Amino acid sequence: MDHDVSEPTASTSSAAQPGHSAIAVEIEHVHKWFGEFQVLWDVSLSIRSGERVVICGPSGSGKSTLLRCINALEDVQQGRIVVDGKPLTKDLRRIDEVRREVGMVFQQFNLFPHLTVLENCTLAPIWVRKMPKSEAELVAMRYLQRVKIPEQAQKYPGQLSGGQQQRVAIARALCMNPKIMMFDEPTSALDPEMVKEVLDTMVELARDGMTMIAVTHEMGFARQVANRVVFMDGGQIIEINAPGAFFDHPQHERTKLFLSQILR
Amino acid sequence: MTGITGWLRANLFSSLSNSVLTVLIVIALVLLIPPLMRFLLIDAVWSGADRDACLASDARPEVGACWAFVRERLAFFIYGSYPIDQRWRVDLFFVMLAIGAAWLLWLEAPRRDLAAAYLFIVVPIASFVLLYGWPAIGLAQVDTALWGGVLVTIVVASIGIVASLPLGIVLALGRRSSMPAIKVLSIAFIEFVRGVPLITVLFMASVMLPLFVPDSWSPDKLMRALVAVAIFSAAYMAEVVRAGLQAIPRGQYEAARALGLSYWPMMRLVVLPQALKATVPNIVNSYVALFKDTTLVFVVGIFDFLKTIDVAGVDPKWATPVTSATGYAFAAIFYLVFCYSMSRYAKDVERRLDVGARE
Repeated sequence: MDHDVSEPTASTSSAAQPGHSAIAVEIEHVHKWFGEFQVLWDVSLSIRSGERVVICGPSGSGKSTLLRCINALEDVQQGRIVVDGKPLTKDLRRIDEVRREVGMVFQQFNLFPHLTVLENCTLAPIWVRKMPKSEAELVAMRYLQRVKIPEQAQKYPGQLSGGQQQRVAIARALCMNPKIMMFDEPTSALDPEMVKEVLDTMVELARDGMTMIAVTHEMGFARQVANRVVFMDGGQIIEINAPGAFFDHPQHERTKLFLSQILR
Repeated sequence: MTGITGWLRANLFSSLSNSVLTVLIVIALVLLIPPLMRFLLIDAVWSGADRDACLASDARPEVGACWAFVRERLAFFIYGSYPIDQRWRVDLFFVMLAIGAAWLLWLEAPRRDLAAAYLFIVVPIASFVLLYGWPAIGLAQVDTALWGGVLVTIVVASIGIVASLPLGIVLALGRRSSMPAIKVLSIAFIEFVRGVPLITVLFMASVMLPLFVPDSWSPDKLMRALVAVAIFSAAYMAEVVRAGLQAIPRGQYEAARALGLSYWPMMRLVVLPQALKATVPNIVNSYVALFKDTTLVFVVGIFDFLKTIDVAGVDPKWATPVTSATGYAFAAIFYLVFCYSMSRYAKDVERRLDVGARE
C-alpha cells in the first residue's frame, strides 16, 4: 500500500479550491453527557470541504460519540454543530436534510439483512432522494463496481464476507451522493485479511477528493490519506496535527503514550 | 442393532422411565381409541330423516355418532338463518376470501403486494356489500341477526385477523414511541384490554359502545362483537409485534437514520419487515387462539358455528342422547382442521425463514 502514499496528497492540492475553502463541518464548544457522565468536554473542530480527518484515541475517549453527533445520531447538550451550512437543531426535517448529505459507515456494517445488496444500495436513493428505481439501480451498480463487488448485487448481506459487507456499506452510503463520508471504526470488526480491501476502497475514495472523517486505529491509513489527525482522550481533543508531525513529533504526553501503545 | 427392534429400543425403551411412559401411553391409547372409533365410525348412523334413526332399538342396541343429523343440518351450521335463496352470496364470500388467503399465503405467488391489497382492502369492503346487501345494486339487505354458523365464525375470525395486525403494529410502535402521550395511551390501552377477559370486552362492547356513538347509526350486535374482537386481538398482537421489534438491533435503526430515512419509511422498509418475519410463528399462534376465541361471541347473542350446533342439538326433531355429542365432535373436527392447518403453515414458513437466515 505504501506506493499509494503520495497520490492522495497530490490530488488534494488539485481538489482544494484556491481562495476559498468551504467549511464542511463546524463543531463549536460541544459538551455532551450520557446521564451523569460527561463524554465530550468543550470540543471544537472545523473541517474544510475536501479535507480528510482521522480521529484516533483510546477506547472511551468520545471519538465515536463525536462522529455520531455530526449526523445527529446523538444529540449534544451544549455547543453548536453546523454541517454543510446547516446548524443541527431539534428540527427532525433539518436533521434528515443533513443526514442525506453525510454518508456513514459503521463498525458492524449494519446492512439490512432482509434486502439484497442492490436493494440495500437503492433503498435510500429511492425513498429519500425520490429517484426512479431504474436510475437508482444504475447508480448503485456504478458504486458497486467502484467497490469491486458488482457480481454480488443479487446476494443477501449474510452471504458475503465481512470485508465485502463493509464495501457494500460504503457503496450504500455513496449512492446517496453525500458531500461528507464518515467512518466509525470501519475495519475493527473485520478479520485481518479483509482490512486491506476496505482500506483500499477508502484510499480510493480519498483520492477522488471526498470529504472524509474517519475514526480508526489504522495508522497506516491515517499517514497515507489524512490531512490532519485528531487525537482525543477523555472526551477532549488533545492534539491536532498533520500526520507527519503527529506521528513523528507528538506534542503531548498522552499522545506519545497512545502512539507508543498502538504502534509498539 | 437395526430394524424395528433397534428403533424401538433406541426411542421407546431407552431407559426405565422411558419404558414406563411408553407402556402407560400404549395403555391409554388402547383404552381411548377403540371406543372413539366405535362411536365416530363403526356404530355411527350415516343417514336418516329424523331422530328415530339415531335412537337405540332392538335392532341397533348401540348407537354411535348421529351423522345423519349433521348431514341434515349442515346448511344451518354453515349459513345460520341466512335466507336460503341468498346463500350464494355467502358462498361467493367464502370463495373471495379463500382466493385472497391462498394468494397471500403461497410464498412464491406473483404480486403478493396486490394480494395483500386485495385481502386487506377489497375483500372486506366487497364482503360487507355482498353479505349485508345494498338494495341500490339489487342485493337485498340481510340483517346480521340472520347470519350464523361458519359464516359468522369466519367473519369474526377474519375481521380479528385482518384488523389485529395493523392495529397491533400501530400500538406496538406507540408503546415504543418517544412521545410520552402516545406511549402512555398505547400502554394504557394494551394493558387494559389484556387485563380483562374477552368475555368482558364483548359485554362492554355490546353494552357500552352504543353509549358512545349517535343513536342513528347505533351499530348492530355483530358489529359490536367485531369491534370487541378486533380490539382484543390487537392488544395481544401489539405485544407479539413488540417482541419482534425488540429483536431488531439498534444498528439497523441507526443505519436507516444515517441514510436520511425518516420514521415511517424506516419502520416500513427496514424495521417492520425484519420484525414481522421473526414473529411469524407467534403471529400465527395468536391467530389460532383468536380463531378459537371467536366461539365466545355467543355470550352476546350471536350464532356462531358452535352456537348453531348447540341450538340444533336440542331441536326436538333430532334430540337423542347422542345428538349433542355428535355435534360437538363435528365442531371439534372443524376447529382442529383449521387450527392445525394454520400451525402447519406457520411451521413451514418458520422452517423456510430459518433456511434463509442460515444462507
